[in-house]
Order: sequence, then C-alpha cells, then structure tokens
Amino acid sequence: MRPLIRRLISLAVSLLVASAVIFAVVDLVPGDPASFVLGTGARPDTVAALREQMGLDLPWPVRYARWLGGVVTGDLGTSLAYKTPVADMIADRVLVSLPLALMALVLAVAVAFPAGMYAASRRGRAGDVAVMGGTQLGIALPNFWFAMLLVLVFAVRLRWLPAGGFPGWGHPLAALKALMLPAIALALPQAAILARVLRSALIETLEQDYIRSARAKGLSRGQALRRHALRNALIPVLTILGMQFSFLLAGAIIIENVFYLPGLGRLIFQAISQRDLVVVQSAVLVLVAAVILVTFLVDLAYAAVDPRLRGR
Amino acid sequence: MRAGLILGAVLTALAIAAALLSFVWTPFDVTGVSIADKLRPPSAAHPFGTDHFGRDILSMVMVGARTSLAVALLAVGIGMGAGVPLGLLAAARGGWVDEVVMRGNDLVFAFPSLVIAILITAAFGPSAVNAILAIGIFNIPVFARVTRAVALPIWTLDYVRAAQVAGKGRARISAEHILPNIASLLIVQGTIQFSLGILAEAGLSYVGLGAQPPTPSWGRMLAEAQTMVTLAPHVAIVPGVAIVLTVLGLNLLGDGLRDALDPRLKARLA
Repeated sequence: MRPLIRRLISLAVSLLVASAVIFAVVDLVPGDPASFVLGTGARPDTVAALREQMGLDLPWPVRYARWLGGVVTGDLGTSLAYKTPVADMIADRVLVSLPLALMALVLAVAVAFPAGMYAASRRGRAGDVAVMGGTQLGIALPNFWFAMLLVLVFAVRLRWLPAGGFPGWGHPLAALKALMLPAIALALPQAAILARVLRSALIETLEQDYIRSARAKGLSRGQALRRHALRNALIPVLTILGMQFSFLLAGAIIIENVFYLPGLGRLIFQAISQRDLVVVQSAVLVLVAAVILVTFLVDLAYAAVDPRLRGR
Repeated sequence: MRAGLILGAVLTALAIAAALLSFVWTPFDVTGVSIADKLRPPSAAHPFGTDHFGRDILSMVMVGARTSLAVALLAVGIGMGAGVPLGLLAAARGGWVDEVVMRGNDLVFAFPSLVIAILITAAFGPSAVNAILAIGIFNIPVFARVTRAVALPIWTLDYVRAAQVAGKGRARISAEHILPNIASLLIVQGTIQFSLGILAEAGLSYVGLGAQPPTPSWGRMLAEAQTMVTLAPHVAIVPGVAIVLTVLGLNLLGDGLRDALDPRLKARLA
C-alpha cells in the first residue's frame, strides 16, 4: 500500500474510535436530558414525547450512527439550552479559539527560535545559562496564573490592553488586542519548552561531521548553525511543535476562562453546567479531532523536512 | 549541573515537608473564618496575608500542598502502573501486539488531560478523584511510550539472548532483566510527570473540575483570588509562587537525576 493511503486510513480509524469513545462517555452520563430540560414538574408523557423528539428512545447504535452522520453532513443537532444549531455555535467559537491558538503558536516560535539558537551558540557560557534558567522558570509557570499577572500589569495598572471579553471580528483591531494577553499567557510556557528542545537538537547536530566540514570550508559558527544545523534540528522541534498545538488548544480552554473569551473551551464549560450534552459531545469531538489532525499533519511534515523518511 | 539537582531536591523536600507538616500543625486553622481580618496584606502574624474570608494564606498553601502533591503522585502511579506493563508488553511481543498498544496510545494521547477531565466530569460530576483519573489516564501513554522506546534496544543485547536460550519466558525476562535496566529512566520520567501533574491539577481545580470546596487546593485558591487580584494581589501571588517553586523543584530534580544516572546524556546535552 502507498504510505500516504495507509496513513489516511489510520487517520480515519483514529477519528472513528475517538468519536466512539466520546459518544460512549457522554452516553454514560446519568440523568435524562429530556427531564432536565423540562424540569422536575413535567408530566411523564411530556417527557416521553420530548425523548422521542430528541431521539433518546432509540437504541444507542442508531443514535451513534445518526450523530456520526450529522458530523459528516455538518448537522450536529440543536442545543437544548440555546435552541440554536450546535454546528453554528461551534463554528462561532472556533473563530475565537483557533486564532488564539495560532497566535500563541506564532509567538512561541518567535520567542523560542532566537532563544534556543542563541543558547546553543553560547553553549556553557553565561548567556546559555541565563536562557536555560529562564526556560526552567517558564516551564514551571501555570499559564492561567501568568495570565492573571499579565492582566494585573498590562490591563489594570498600565491600561494598555483589555482585561477580558471579546468584541467580535467585526472590530478586527480590537479583537486582536483582546487576544493579545491570552496568546502571550499561552505562548510563554510553550516557548520555554520549545527553546530547550531546539537547543538540545542544535547542540547534537553541531557535533556532526558535516558541521565540522562546513566550518573547515570557512563558515563561522553562526553561519554553520543557521545554514546547516538548524534544518537538521527541525525534526525533534516539529514533533514538539505538533504536540504543543494540541496543548495550546487544550490550554486555551483554561485561558478562555481567565479572559472571558467566547471560545470553544468556555462553550464546553457552559454546556456541561447546563447539561447540554449535545453540545459537549460535538465540541469535545472538534477539539480531539483537531489534535489528531495536527499529529497527522506533523507526520507528513517530517517527510517534507527529512527526505530519508519519505516512503516510510 | 550539581547545583540544579541540589536546588531541585531542596524545593521538592520543602513542598513535601509543608504538606506533611500541615497534617499536624498549621499557623492558623484553615477552617477558621474571620471576616474582620479579610484581605490583610502580609504581616508578622500572617506572613503571606489573609484571604477574603480572613483565613491565613500560609496555612492554606500548606494544606493545599497536600491536594496538589497527592493528586499528582497518584496520577503518576496510575500512569506507571498501566503504562510500564503496556510498554514492556509492546517491546517484548512486537508485531501486532506492539501495533495495537502503540495505536491505542496515540488515541489516548489525542485526549488532553483537560478534555479527559471534562468528559469524566460530564459523566460523574467534579471531584479530586476525577482529576487523579484524568491526569493518570493522560500519563499512561507517556509511560508506555518511554518504556517501549528504552526496552526495545535492550532486547537485542547478549544477556537477554542468553536468558532466552536458558528458557526464560518473555514476561520473566521483562521483569527480571528489562525493568531493572530502565528503572532509572522511569524515575526521571516519573519526576517530570509529577511536575506536569501539579500544573494540571492546578489548572483543573482552577476551572472547577478538580478538588471541590472546602478542600483547599492551589488551583482553587487562584480561582477565588481572581476577582480580588486588583484589591489584594498577594492573594493571587502566593499560591502561584507555591506552584512555580514546586514544579521548578521537581523539574530541576528530574534533570539532575537524569544527568546523574546517565552520564552519556549529560555529555551530549549539558
């Protein structure tokens, strides 16, 4: 079988199993959503009618198949709490969560690459020790606490950026400003991890023979590092970057709560407290599917970075 | 770096000592509410000040250390207890067993601990046990992966071949020859997961998916501090610093142990 086809099949299987796990767990939830919607005073026949309308009287394989069919066609049902289509709600929220995660990823890379390259080029010297000490601190920082400190300094004291809320993409500049502090809070701990990985990978490649050759032919340390070592150090960095994107998506769930951002994470929390399981089920699936998809793309990216891995 | 190892050990010991001491003694009673003393800044009587109920923050942080350390430690136990045997099995059997274990791992890995916690909470309601389960489940593939990766090369070594020739089964070889050889690496990974567990527990309690009131926990203290952070910053700063120092200590300890246990790594990476 062609490698790409094999990978696509394995991707499809992963997504299918993940959806089954999510469905099973949400299905385990005690309590009947229909009686929850109607309250304790509802008459039994009213509850039964709503159960039928919601499809809750059907056996679980049918309900699972219906949900899965809905996922494929984009019809995820209607939210019990808001009476609006779940797909629309999720789409709205993704428009906040995804840009936030991407901004954080870009910020993390923008900080981590210079820091990691600098530390690797100064290996063992004061600059290296300082950067590495800083990254230890960055890794130990809970991002939501860092977020609170950022709000305290940049929103409350200096009043440069908003402390929370989201004006919507109708006001692009205000929207970007609203995502700025959340993105920094998400990015810094990830940048610390990334810088450390990049530094180790660079140091390892710098000891290879072809770097010695490059130096022998007259390249400076910095040139050898940028032109030859960096590209070869990218594989472990890509692995971490892929994993980090999923951490950023998950981390965004907490950060959205600090900044009252209407993202996917806040939606999931609201839906849980309102027992709006139709929403929980699909929103969690979107999150998990995103993680699986990113892992898949990282696998493909390996082949692009390292020709030796092509065809495997 | 020897200094890192020592600093890490000291910080870790400090956190554990604070948690243990809180069972027998805290400066003030953490259940004692005294509204008259609320939101006091640090003073001689209350070195870290008081919170919105007038409770002594130093005492709260000490008791909170119990929750954080216990949750993270039990989660490491779950991860090791299930992950290490799975990794050993995958390495010992290879073939389709390996494939199934590793694909299963990838699947679990696609569920960040926060998402697992959300699902468990949706099904059973929030509690500290959920946090342990959620972080523990997330730890399983981590340990399985590390175990498999370091166990695989050992299977090709001569003394393992010799044990096979002598008629020992794969399970026995895994237990008697592979496990002792990878134990040090597992301890290092355990330290790292322990520190990640403390961060995860803090995050989960912060959003209300972990320890429930009245159990004090660092994450919940931060959640409660959020609305008062402008009035009394110390309420938010102290628990955060406690988390940072504990996690920093465990990370330094893990790095130091790795260097001490595996000089080859040190030569390559230090």
